Amino acid sequence: MRSVLKTSWRAALLPVVVIVVAQIAATATQLESDSLASPIDIVAAFFAVLTDGSLLRATADTLMAAFCGCVLGVGAGSLIGIVLGLFRLADDSLDLTIELLRPVPVVALIPVVMMLLGFGARMEIVIIALGLLWPSIVLARAAVREVEPRLMEVSAVLMLGFSARLTKIVLPAIVPQLFMSLKLAAGYALVVAVTVEITANPFGLGYGIMMAQQALRPAEMFAYLLWIGAIGWLISLLLNAAQRRVLPAFAKGDAR
Amino acid sequence: MRTSSLRKVFLGLLGLAVFILVWKLITDAKLVSPIFFPSPERTLASLIKGLSGGALLGQTLETVQRMLLGWLLASLVGIMLGALIGVSRRARAFIAPTLELLRPLPASAMIPIAIAFLGFSNPMVLVVIAFGALWPMLLATIHGFAAMEPRLYEVSAVLGLTRLQTIWKLALPSAMPMILASLRLGLTISLILAIVGEMLASRDGLGQSILLASRSFRSADLFAGIVILGAIGLVGSRLLSLAEARLLRWQATR
Repeated sequence: MRSVLKTSWRAALLPVVVIVVAQIAATATQLESDSLASPIDIVAAFFAVLTDGSLLRATADTLMAAFCGCVLGVGAGSLIGIVLGLFRLADDSLDLTIELLRPVPVVALIPVVMMLLGFGARMEIVIIALGLLWPSIVLARAAVREVEPRLMEVSAVLMLGFSARLTKIVLPAIVPQLFMSLKLAAGYALVVAVTVEITANPFGLGYGIMMAQQALRPAEMFAYLLWIGAIGWLISLLLNAAQRRVLPAFAKGDAR
Repeated sequence: MRTSSLRKVFLGLLGLAVFILVWKLITDAKLVSPIFFPSPERTLASLIKGLSGGALLGQTLETVQRMLLGWLLASLVGIMLGALIGVSRRARAFIAPTLELLRPLPASAMIPIAIAFLGFSNPMVLVVIAFGALWPMLLATIHGFAAMEPRLYEVSAVLGLTRLQTIWKLALPSAMPMILASLRLGLTISLILAIVGEMLASRDGLGQSILLASRSFRSADLFAGIVILGAIGLVGSRLLSLAEARLLRWQATR
């Protein structure tokens, strides 16, 4: 108990000192700036955008796009990855193409998708899904390849059809890895969503922070920044907790 | 073994050929308007034209230079800071939690902040790249140092090594696998942020070039730019993988 207390005050010291020093510096210099704001002003700006609803609307937009993109990208990617993991021929023939397409930076697709779909949620969802597609393919493929070979032999002996083999043997065996893949993807989806919004899409949190900057409201800009950081942190916290809940069951069932 | 890898190469090339053929069939049948989606020949023609005397070569060099500068800056600062924080247990206890808290923050969210301080300028783009690519290296170095065999710290105390010697002779080599992996991640982030920075701040480079191409519906130029960006990403990560394999040769013999 005491050690927990000790680590937590040590962890909290640096942020608290930074905030206090920033506030003292801002008060002492009577800060008037287009790029800096004092912590108290930032908190005030945060509550201002929170109460007028713009922050929550932007958050809902961003999270919705990130969520849809995540489901689409991880779903399609995992499906392709599973097929590639099961069929050697498909994997060998697509490997080179995938390796060539994978390094294309996802932001390079912004202009293409923008041209095809215009601005809005759809364009953002498609970009997020495309960005998550490759890592999901690679992770699912690796997971299927690592399925205990004896399980595959069992499925051969039982003469299971393809769908039975998929639902009874392969999918249960790779659920933990799929969850890992989803966890990585969720964090990445938020990053891509905010990037797309800052770069092009007049929509969501990224656009909010960009507008605050262009309107020379630094307090609002930092409030958005901290909020985006908090959401990223919350998502990773939630997924870690979910993993601890879901995965021990699988870990026990996995004891070979 | 030989025949199976030969088969893999053959099938891989076949797959790529089919991919390009399908692309060609889609564009030839005009399933998607050629204004948006160029045929492979048009992309190739625009690629060749742009690289031989066109603007594409210069823009590629701009982007690569920006990416590498930001990445080098981030690597130097990240590894140095990480080493200073990582080598001391006390510094880790005080600083690491704050860094972990900041880690999920999307690097691109710092762009407006950087614009507020530096305006739409080259230094702004560079700072954004360096800042974004800094995190993986900083955290990997700290984690690598924290994960070092505790007895090695005892060894360094017994040998009377200074802190700098401990870092250089024991901690850095043992953290090397983690640092090298983060260097590759950092390069990917650098390329992405270089493109975003060029798009937003209208700096010369491929990012700006593909955005302008899409605005004026020059889809062949747009796709040519994307092909080059993919190639930059591919070459970068392959080179770093090679370096990784070379530098970590000692691990296999352990």
